[in-house]
Amino acid sequence: MSAVTIDSTRCKGCELCCRVCPQGVLRVAKQINTKGYFPAEVGDGTLCMGCCMCAVVCPDVAIEVRVHGVHYDFLGQ
Amino acid sequence: MTGGEVVFSRPESLRRTPTHYCPGCTHGTAHRLVAEVLDELGIRERTVGVAPVGCAVFAYNYFNCDFLEAAHGRAPAFATGVKRVRPELIVFTYQGDGDLASIGLAEILHAANRGEKFTVVFVNNAIYGMTGGQMAPTTLPGQVTTTCPGGRDVEQVGYPLRVAELLATLRTPGYIARGSLHGPEAIVASKRLVRRAFEHQVAGTCFGLVELLSTCPTNWGLTPMAACQWVVDRMIPYYPLGELKRPESATGQVAS
Ligand SMILES: Cc1ncc(C[n+]2csc(CCOP(=O)(O)OP(=O)(O)O)c2C)c(N)n1
Ligand code: SF4
Ligand code: SF4
Ligand code: SF4
Repeated sequence: MSAVTIDSTRCKGCELCCRVCPQGVLRVAKQINTKGYFPAEVGDGTLCMGCCMCAVVCPDVAIEVRVHGVHYDFLGQ
Repeated sequence: MTGGEVVFSRPESLRRTPTHYCPGCTHGTAHRLVAEVLDELGIRERTVGVAPVGCAVFAYNYFNCDFLEAAHGRAPAFATGVKRVRPELIVFTYQGDGDLASIGLAEILHAANRGEKFTVVFVNNAIYGMTGGQMAPTTLPGQVTTTCPGGRDVEQVGYPLRVAELLATLRTPGYIARGSLHGPEAIVASKRLVRRAFEHQVAGTCFGLVELLSTCPTNWGLTPMAACQWVVDRMIPYYPLGELKRPESATGQVAS
């Protein structure tokens, strides 16, 4: 299983991560953060396969990715 | 989940200070790529960066290495001084297209022509970001900016300057490449280019410049996502990606 964490205080809500995630894990939160942006948040985190694409495109380095074992359910939504 | 191995986190060469960049601006991505390369090459503690005038004027607050702040366009002159006096240091400039291709064009051209052995990270967003979106030498034909509200008229102001191609024609050996920051594959490819440029400096081989096509969602008047698409649709056709010159091709011929 993999896990992606978003630091919602750093996030500027650009949505670039939501666009690139091949598993549809990330979405826009309904609450604004302290900066006044709607940050990205993790939806169904169990779908994350640890590919890091979201973190690679995040201009604000708000995303951290951990992997634990292997995730097989690629594109399994 | 707390266990497992961290496979992506902030590089040590980038401070935790939040940046002032607009949402989705790929200046932040360019910073991270440079910081990752400094970490990977183990050169952070002997690296000196030179910040420009432009949106990246506060770069010294974001990188976790020594930094200087140059006058507009003069970063290559600062870098020349530092590198010549302390050749064991790793020196890089970080410059926008207004800074490097407009007011600083003479500085960069002569630094490259002298073969100064530092590295240039050239962030091309086809506009003056910091000052409110005026036309830059790199603004594309027809592109609307505050100083060309009818779109860039090439009959009146000429065509956008391809700085990487221009520098690649120099006889002096150098490493010149262009990447883009619009999406994950392009970012990964760009990082390889940045890394190669720094490796040439570590080996003492040559001057290096990596141009990175970057977004300015705010002044382009586009969402961050649409801005990335604009890079693909408009910028890359005019500014093709790849390595334009390697030090081996010392005749100034463009490498394939
Ligand atoms: C000597 C001088 N001339 C003009 C300016 C105004 N000025 C500040 S930033 C800038 C251009 C910035 O554009 P660019 O280098 O493309 O960087 P960006 O903000 O797009 O990252 C200009 C003209 C200045 N600060 N100093
Ligand atoms: S690591 Fe990959 S799968 Fe997981 S959230 Fe990020 S982009 Fe999606
Ligand atoms: S890419 Fe980064 S800053 Fe942009 S929405 Fe995602 S986490 Fe937030
Ligand atoms: S004005 Fe443009 S270049 Fe400057 S921080 Fe905003 S989006 Fe980035």
